[in-house]
Amino acid sequence: MNLMSFDAALPVIFMALMGIAMLVYVISDGYDLGVGMLMHRATDAEKDVLVASIGPFWDANETWLVLGIGILLIAFPKAHGLVLGELYLPVALMLVGLTLRGVAFDFRVKAHDSHKRMWDRLFFAGSTLASVSQGWMLGRYVSGFGSGWNYPLFAAAIAAALPMAYVMMGATWLVMKTDGELQKRAVQWAKIAWLPMVVGLVLISMATPWISATVRERWFVLPEFIALLAIPLMTGVALVAARALLNTRAVLGPLAWLPFVLLILVFLLGFLGLAYSIYPYVVIDQLTIWQAASSPAALKVILFGTCISVPAIAGYTVFSYRVFRGKTGELKYA
Amino acid sequence: MDALILARMQFAANITFHILFPTISIGLGWLLLFFRLRWLKTSRAGGDPLQAQGWLDAYRFWTKVFALSFALGVVSGITMSFQFGTNWPGFMERVGNIAGPLLGYEVLTAFFLEAGFLGIMLFGHGRVSEKVHLMATFFVAFGTTLSAFWILALNSWMQTPAGYEIVDGVYHVKSWVEVIFNPSFPYRLVHMLLASSLTCAFLLIGLSAWQTLRGVAQRSAPKVMRVGLTLAALAIPVQIFVGDQHGLNTLEHQPAKIAAMEGVWETERGAPLLLFALPDDKARTNHFELKLPKMASLILTHELDGEIKGLNDFRDKHPPALPLFFAFRIMVGVGVLMLATSWLGWWLLRRSRWQPGALPKWLLWSFAGMTFSGWIATVAGWYVTEIGRQPYIVYGLIRTADVTSKQPSSMIGLTLALYITLYLALIVAYVGVLKYMAEKPEEAMQHDPADRAALPTAATGAAA
Repeated sequence: MNLMSFDAALPVIFMALMGIAMLVYVISDGYDLGVGMLMHRATDAEKDVLVASIGPFWDANETWLVLGIGILLIAFPKAHGLVLGELYLPVALMLVGLTLRGVAFDFRVKAHDSHKRMWDRLFFAGSTLASVSQGWMLGRYVSGFGSGWNYPLFAAAIAAALPMAYVMMGATWLVMKTDGELQKRAVQWAKIAWLPMVVGLVLISMATPWISATVRERWFVLPEFIALLAIPLMTGVALVAARALLNTRAVLGPLAWLPFVLLILVFLLGFLGLAYSIYPYVVIDQLTIWQAASSPAALKVILFGTCISVPAIAGYTVFSYRVFRGKTGELKYA
Repeated sequence: MDALILARMQFAANITFHILFPTISIGLGWLLLFFRLRWLKTSRAGGDPLQAQGWLDAYRFWTKVFALSFALGVVSGITMSFQFGTNWPGFMERVGNIAGPLLGYEVLTAFFLEAGFLGIMLFGHGRVSEKVHLMATFFVAFGTTLSAFWILALNSWMQTPAGYEIVDGVYHVKSWVEVIFNPSFPYRLVHMLLASSLTCAFLLIGLSAWQTLRGVAQRSAPKVMRVGLTLAALAIPVQIFVGDQHGLNTLEHQPAKIAAMEGVWETERGAPLLLFALPDDKARTNHFELKLPKMASLILTHELDGEIKGLNDFRDKHPPALPLFFAFRIMVGVGVLMLATSWLGWWLLRRSRWQPGALPKWLLWSFAGMTFSGWIATVAGWYVTEIGRQPYIVYGLIRTADVTSKQPSSMIGLTLALYITLYLALIVAYVGVLKYMAEKPEEAMQHDPADRAALPTAATGAAA
């Protein structure tokens, strides 16, 4: 292999790794943040099931954010400073939200009974704050931190839509992981979240090319445009199928897993669309991945570790999900 | 206030809050593995069922403390991964090639390992075999320690940089072995691991003493207190020795830090040890000195007339004396208290046939008072080492002021206030919940609401 070309490919590999880490984060923490945002709709007994359904997973889910941000930090240090400098306040708010969510989770079962309600509220508030902040950050990032009246509006739209998508993820997760009355209620919650989420997605898909010339040029050129049509089409099919499924009886039984999987597909497609829009920038219109990357020597050291540890991480993640597969039962410290 | 001070305060607030929890989870992970192994051993055929139950109780109770501490460590650790970029953007731009891989390996090898197996460790018993569960407990303990390894490698490199070369202002690695095993790393790693053991030991001692005082001691209390006291009594002399060695290492590589710790302004031979003083960084002198002649030279150089360099030899290149002087004395003071308490306590507990209930009240109250003494010593020690690195972020090479964030100070101040409020509230909640759990151990263990999260239908069996 030509050494020069491998060196030049390293930033691409790390961009892909960062993207995958972020995608896994958004999907996995997405469903548990969504469950957190559904807390206030659940009865006291149901709240315990909600928490039990995500209990064994949330720690590891959140770790993907550390990996994603970590790769940004270590592989693209120039972009890390720029991005986090631009997003200073929403990052702080997101961190406060994630902190409240994470600790409320543990405190609520250990604290005095009279404090439990407060921790439940903080669990809900933390999940919501983190999701809204993430939506805002995504909006600012995709639009290249532009200034003008329309940019904050765009970010605000995503700040409203992303939590809806998370709620939908959370609701379909519960459809899969619970049964009985709670499962039926989860189906209702999913139905309620579906419309705002779809409206949000459509608006954003239309607004992104409008707000960014770079994205516009990427998408609306023939023949790429025709090939790319597959992405919105498949997304649409998945969304409609998920909605139709929620009306059937099968969703309470053998197909309980399907809406959740369809939602994952929607996130995956959205991610591909986004990746296509942004590449090869790490900060759109400002910094390409090659301009922002660390030295090839440092990247190789990290890549070596990644090649060994990521399969292991995938392995024990799968193992953990298998151990806690099936409907959520009792969650006991033992 | 200027942005640099605010950015430092914000980062300090965050790492101070963060380190409290890994300090507990690093040691507690291994202690849980120990409790588990004792339980397995005593519950075998021919064992004493009461003994076995005591170890299991200890494991169950302290698992909950671990889960809580771990969660607080994770959320504050995530905050840190962001604050590297928000507070010190120039740091990664300059030394990213060195710091990046070290942080990366921490996330990849340690963070995921602990978080991945934590679910199985906490909730998996009965779902996986005893062996797999034991493995999961081991991986969690190992992961926390591995995490300390990488983080301390980076921190030590920032104190005593080695194995690098500079090309166009950017740092590159010449030898990873030299970067990781830089001169201060072995001392700092061992010092921190022992600090964690001591923090856990006094937490075990303190909570079981509190339970005994309140008359709610569990079956496990005698065992837990004995383990805690034994661990403390063994670890503290080693810690004092290691601390001394670490100090000598600092004298060799960061003499200005030592001068500030000892309040030495002028280079002198046969320097006295200051038992008390009020260092004045503006006037560059000390007030109210209370000194033991020649002792500082003896301790630091092991010679009565050894030379100690004074701060005036390091103009503009040394840390402030006041915080270092006091933080160092607080750490040493707590260490001496730990030595006295653990040795006396171990001896008295042995004399009362390992029954905490038979101990004198004043001793139990002292134990309870020292529940969080490990936190105080650890934080004071970190202040010595971190403030002692100033005005540099990488000692002798990069000044903190050169890499700081360009955020307006109002923004940093606002978020600082937000973080401090949150952290103080969480520390209060953490200590409060620990106290509550200690006082209601049965409730905390058996009537866990999550335990009752049974399903409304009979599908539980099918899912298993």
